[in-house]
Amino acid sequence: MATKHKDIIFAPVGIDPTKNGKATGAASGKQSPLEKSVDLPAPTAANHKEAGLSKAQLHTMYEQIYLQRRFEERAMQMYQKGKFGGFLHLYIGQEAVSTGTVHALNDDDDIITAYRDHGWGLVRGVTPNEGMAELFGKATGCSKGKGGSMHFASVENHFWGGYGIVGGHIPIGGGIAFANKYQQNGRVTTCFFGDGAVDQGALHETLNICQLWKLPCIFVVENNGYSMGTAARRHTVNEIHERAKGYGMKSAIINGMDLFSVYKEMKAIADDVRKTSEPWFVEIRTYRYRGHSMSDPQKYRTKEELAEYQKIDPLEKLRGYLLENKLMTEKAVKDLEAKIDQQVLDAIDFAEESPFPENEALFEDMYAGEPYFHDKGNFES
Amino acid sequence: MATLQFREAILAGIDEEMARDERVFIMGEEVAEYNGAYKVTEGLLEKYGFKRVIDTPISELGFAGIGVGAAMNGLRPIVEFMTFNFAVLAADQIINHASKARYMLGGQLSCPVVFRGPNASAGQLGATHSVAYDSMYAHFPGLTVIYPSEPDDAKGLIKSAIRSEDPVLFMESEQMYGMKGEVSDAEDYIIPIGKAKVKRQGDDVTVVATGKMVHVVKQAAVELAKNGVEVELIDPMTIKPLDMETILTSVKKTNRCVVVDEAHPFGGVAAEVGFLIQREAFDYLDAPVQRVTLPDVNAPFSKKLFDLWFPDAKQVVEAVNAVTYRG
Ligand SMILES: Cc1ncc(C[n+]2csc(CCOP(=O)(O)OP(=O)(O)O)c2C)c(N)n1
Ligand SMILES: [Mg+2]
Repeated sequence: MATKHKDIIFAPVGIDPTKNGKATGAASGKQSPLEKSVDLPAPTAANHKEAGLSKAQLHTMYEQIYLQRRFEERAMQMYQKGKFGGFLHLYIGQEAVSTGTVHALNDDDDIITAYRDHGWGLVRGVTPNEGMAELFGKATGCSKGKGGSMHFASVENHFWGGYGIVGGHIPIGGGIAFANKYQQNGRVTTCFFGDGAVDQGALHETLNICQLWKLPCIFVVENNGYSMGTAARRHTVNEIHERAKGYGMKSAIINGMDLFSVYKEMKAIADDVRKTSEPWFVEIRTYRYRGHSMSDPQKYRTKEELAEYQKIDPLEKLRGYLLENKLMTEKAVKDLEAKIDQQVLDAIDFAEESPFPENEALFEDMYAGEPYFHDKGNFES
Repeated sequence: MATLQFREAILAGIDEEMARDERVFIMGEEVAEYNGAYKVTEGLLEKYGFKRVIDTPISELGFAGIGVGAAMNGLRPIVEFMTFNFAVLAADQIINHASKARYMLGGQLSCPVVFRGPNASAGQLGATHSVAYDSMYAHFPGLTVIYPSEPDDAKGLIKSAIRSEDPVLFMESEQMYGMKGEVSDAEDYIIPIGKAKVKRQGDDVTVVATGKMVHVVKQAAVELAKNGVEVELIDPMTIKPLDMETILTSVKKTNRCVVVDEAHPFGGVAAEVGFLIQREAFDYLDAPVQRVTLPDVNAPFSKKLFDLWFPDAKQVVEAVNAVTYRG
């Protein structure tokens, strides 16, 4: 018998349309397939020593986490003041992922990510000055003001940059790993992208090829629960980390609000990749505190949900850990924070005072060799 | 006449067609619950439900192809791309499939699908979010490309696009969505595909422009008028089929032409229009046809470089001065 028209919907069944797909009524009673777990796995029970972290490393981590947070809070203010335009996607809330990962990797291991890239830049070679200047579109920015917020990069530090086409950089991550294997240099590639990018065909083609050719790459989904305004349960089926199964790829699921968990597990995974040259598919569950970008009214989630995550904020948690375990005095923490606050303010001054690119820069960086610009004469006339 | 924003005009057209034809449905990223990334689909979910207003994953190739298949099999899909920059991922379905299926199968099927969304630059969004794709798609046989500049045109043309038996690319602009204009409230207001409009009358020079560039030219025309130069502004509205007749009639009157195109220069609309004018109206020309385009360079982020990159009214004035041999 044909289904009645009113029964046909092209969306997960059993959802309440007014609650961004949260299950209601009968469907909410039991775990229905659409109630995709965004639950955080238990954080590691290990203390910092057991996780393999020194006191000095913890200090650096705190400095980095605090810098990322401060930098973005100030960047947001500058954006609101109209100091620069374009998109601004903030990483605030997700910093344990970047911070834990860079410590788990060697300095010459490769990192590539999507447009939510400020945190990644700041932990991998983009100075606050260069970062802020990039946002302002200044010649002194890490990408000479040509990229802006979405395209932080420090290639000499093996941070291959942020990319703006969802899923577009996933095969490129595979390609960087291909070149590493080809050159037998022992480097591990890490490729980060959002839960939304999991739905792109490019991911699936790349996973298959990488498993086939045993490319030393870790594909990491930073599952922050939302792809723009769409909850993960509404845009992708089943559990994300289980995608690996279809490719026979090793996989893991990590608590991305917990710095030690990210560090410990990413380190173990990176070690495995270095040893076996086999790729991994990792889901790190995390949360973004701000909207998708600056123009997002965030009607798709509740304040309560946000507050739940803020209770386990990675910055607060690390600060608490340092103080409780007397790894840093209250004063040392204050001094460090004051130093970074100043560093970020200085970065704003630096960005403000830096020059815009010269007009000629418009035509620079297009080609390595002799540049060719079709009908340029007409443009100049 | 009602005053509508560009986005409201498109929405009104879509709404009317959805009400009129059960086979019409719309899908794309954030079109349903979020009411559209640019609010073009605002209220449609409430009105038509999840069957006909459908949120998709970020899977451009997949959902564009589902649109193509559904169109072949009796439906009239409207596929929204958040911008045409992301439709590049779906190019296989548009170029290899939608445009060719009818021909390949000897006319056994139709593919009445509309691909729509913002085209070209929306300000400082960087190199991957700023490309104008109208002339690229116009290159391919079998595709209709529409790029209106004003609310009234948008409403009349989106309705024609939805009723077309063949695939249509309907291009908009983030920066025009809020632009207001008078829109006809004639019942079932339809503007035929392939007809240009004279947006401003003038005797001194013909300027051809589509989409956002129409507004840049309007600004320039005001400046030029102060110096006694009257621009005749032609908006083809449809890139393909291109209404050369209207353009040529104007050129034969003014004897001079500038084409303004928010695309890179190589093989764009400006090149095509320029070629046809020289072939069809050579004896009428008092000056070589000029064009204002982007340079052959990717979009920079930095405001200063962006302003240099983007075609502006000043460049239009200069080009008009060149063809009129002034200052
Ligand atoms: C191919 C493509 N389609 C659509 C977009 C528009 N877009 C930018 S970000 C985004 C959501 C991505 O969400 P997710 O992958 O979860 O990353 P997050 O923003 O949560 O970090 C969308 C739809 C895009 N940039 N590229
Ligand atoms: Mg996400």
